[in-house]
Formats: sequence, structure tokens, C-alpha cells
Amino acid sequence: MTSDGGPLLTVRGLTRAGIDIPDFDLAAGEAMAVLGPSGSGKSLFLRALADLDENEGDIQLGREARDAMGAPDWRRRVTYVAAESGWWAETVAPHYADWNAAAPLATRLGLTRETGDWQISRLSTGERQRLALVRALIQMPDVLLLDEPTSGLDGETEQAVEEILVERLAGGAAILFSTHDEDQASRLAKRCLRFAGGGKAEIVSCR
Amino acid sequence: MPLITLDYWDIAIAALLLLVNAGLSIWMQLGLARDTLIAAARMVVQLGLIGLVLKLLFATVSPWLTALFALAMVLFAGREAMARQERRLAGWWGYGVGTTAMLAAAAIVTIFALTTQVQPDPWYNPRYAIPMLGMILGNTMTGVALGLHTLTSTAVREKAAIEARLALGHPRKAALRHVAAGALRTALMPIVNAMAATGLVALPGMMTGQILSGVDPVEAVKYQTLIMFLIAGGTGFGALTAVLAGAWRITDKRHRLRLDRLAAKRG
Repeated sequence: MTSDGGPLLTVRGLTRAGIDIPDFDLAAGEAMAVLGPSGSGKSLFLRALADLDENEGDIQLGREARDAMGAPDWRRRVTYVAAESGWWAETVAPHYADWNAAAPLATRLGLTRETGDWQISRLSTGERQRLALVRALIQMPDVLLLDEPTSGLDGETEQAVEEILVERLAGGAAILFSTHDEDQASRLAKRCLRFAGGGKAEIVSCR
Repeated sequence: MPLITLDYWDIAIAALLLLVNAGLSIWMQLGLARDTLIAAARMVVQLGLIGLVLKLLFATVSPWLTALFALAMVLFAGREAMARQERRLAGWWGYGVGTTAMLAAAAIVTIFALTTQVQPDPWYNPRYAIPMLGMILGNTMTGVALGLHTLTSTAVREKAAIEARLALGHPRKAALRHVAAGALRTALMPIVNAMAATGLVALPGMMTGQILSGVDPVEAVKYQTLIMFLIAGGTGFGALTAVLAGAWRITDKRHRLRLDRLAAKRG
């Protein structure tokens, strides 16, 4: 996190196959929405920032260059949460360094402490989505890259997610999130990165 | 106890069984007759040729000819191991990873056995070296092929889980651990099962061969036990090398999952 008032995330010359992204900065406490039709490059963009696919660009967190940092360190601080969550153990709790520490946050999203013992195979898509978000949030990353974080959630849970995101922004994090919901975009963000066809994106003010 | 030698008539009579099978297949319209006969013909030609080559090898006891023959066996095994994988590594890696792992594992285990336990004179005597390499290689090949096949197909299936871990900042080693461990378990399952069932369900081929050629059963059992240990060692070492190298290749130094380094699915 920067204390000198400079941007938290600096993106220059980000290039990867399939998308064309303008340079931009993101300040601490700022959210930017990523809009565009399905398949227009929103996920490719977020994955490239997390360095999950091959890409090039001069990306900085505060004053630290991404390329000077190990990839696992980078992703702990700039964390991508996919639209389709992934699970590697049979029950919920082993996916967290400390489920007891994660439980309060999960509870705010309509889950319970007992959820830790549940079988992954029996979770609904919405439950998985919320649990995957909690998994990233408890690591306290500086920048969150959220791929459709509330698609498929009901109104009440969506609101709970947004409240948590607003708290994180107030705490000095920055958030990039993709969404199909223009209202959500303008609720959380002032600037929007809008993808048109052909993977070309431009920064506009939301609404 | 002298070896009862077979003349060609004995073999021809046994081949009648195959003709009966083929006849049944035609009668029941199973469509197996042609494949069965071709496979049998291949077997006769291949074994006949190998018999002649081995006779020449055993007569000359040349280290170079022995090494050349052993290398050819490894190269064929590499091709076979590659053919058994549904999603193999693209390019030369598909052949190279499995073949190198087998070459290293089988060579080390065979040379270890020849120089410290069996100790023929000279140590590379092909009468010992080639059959032992064959047995070790055959099983190591199964292990390597199963390990690589399981590694790549699981990585494709579990892409979301692996990438979720990478995205949370887990290093590639941790993110692939459950996939690699599963691949190794699968690779070693046949040899572990074979050791557990040996003697109860089936008498191993080598032991049976020695007993038929007049060797005392206790001596044959000692040889078979040694061979099983060598096979288990070779399979474990080969599969471990291949799976770790494969896991390394399907990730990169920025800890990304690189499924683009797998060849397209066949068929």
C-alpha cells in the first residue's frame, strides 16, 4: 500500500492475445467496473493482471514492479477470484488456512460456521461463489480482481457482498470487478473499463 | 533335471487352439478372427527375430552390441508409453519426458542389480542384462505411461481447482500436489497389487520359466523376489521422475498452469 499518495495499481502497456487495454492507474480505495458482453475479454484482462496467462506490460503495485516480484507473492497481493470457483479438497474447511478466521465473514454472507464441514459436491453454485470470495478476502489482498462476483446471487446476498467490498475500499484496497449489471457498476465505481467487440476496451465514466 | 525341448510340431499343435478360437469367432460373428490371426502372426515373427538376435548377442558378449540393443528397447518402450497417453505433452516433450525417465530408471536399476547382486561375468553379459532390463523396462513403462496419462488428464479436468490455488498465491508445487500425488498412486498401483497377489493368484512368468527349465523352486523364488524388488524400484523411480518433469512442464516459472503445452486430444 502506498503512503505517498501515488496510485496503488499502475498498468502500462498491458498486452496479451485477444485484448487491447488502455493504460490506467487505480488509487487506494478506488473501484473500477469492467463491462462488456460475454466473451469480449473481461476475464482475459483480469487473468492477465493476476499473471495467470502469458502477458506483457509494465504493472506496478505501489512502487513495486510485478516482474521484480515472485508470481505467488504478486497474486497474494493482487488476487483474482474466477467466476467459476475451483476446489481441491472434499470439504470446505481445508481450503482455508484457518476456517475459524474465515467463518465470521462467511456468516455475513448467509453461511454458517458449520459450513466448514460441508461437502464441496453438495454446495450450490451461489454458495461456492461466496465461499471462494471469502477465501480471497481473508488473505487481505491490496487489489481484488473479481470476475462477476455477484452473478447468480439473490438480492440480499448481493447487497451483503457489496457492503463487504465497500468496507475493503474504505480500508485502502482497490477493486476491479466485472459485471453485467450497470447499476452495480455505478453503485461501486466511478470509472468503467468498457469492452467492445474485438477485445478493445476504453475507460469511460460509469453511466 | 534336463530341459524338455519342444520341436516345431509341438508348437504347431498348440497353434491349433488359436485356429479353433478363430473358427468360433467366425461362427459367432465376433469379428475377432482377423485381428487374432494377425496378432498371432506378428508374435511369431517378432519372437522369432528376437530369438535370432539374442542368440547372436549371447554368442558375442559385446558391451557395445548389448548397449545398442538395450537402447533400442528403451526407445520402443518410449513410443509405447507415449501412445498410451490421451493428453500428452506437445512436441518432443511428449516422447522425451517418458523416454528419459524410463532410460534413467531402468538403466540405474539394471546396472545396480548386475553389479552388486547378480554379478555375472562380465557384468554386462547380455544373457542376464537383456532379460532383466526387459522385465524392469516393461513394468517401468506401464508406470510411466499411467503416471503421465493421469497427470495430464487430471490437470485438464481439475483446471479450475489448480488455478484457484495459483490465484490465491500458492506456488505451483503446492497447486499441483494433489494432482501429482494422485498420478503417482495410479502409476504404482499395478506393481503394488502384483506384489500382493504374487504366488497366491498367479505364478510369475520368470519363476515359472526357471522351474520349467529345471531350476530348484527355492532358487527360482529367490530370483523372482529380487526381480520384483527391482521392478518396484524401477517403476517408482521412473514414474516419480516422469510425473515431476511433466508437472514442471505444464507450469511455468511465473507459476501459471500451461495446458497449452499439451497436444490436442486425439480421436
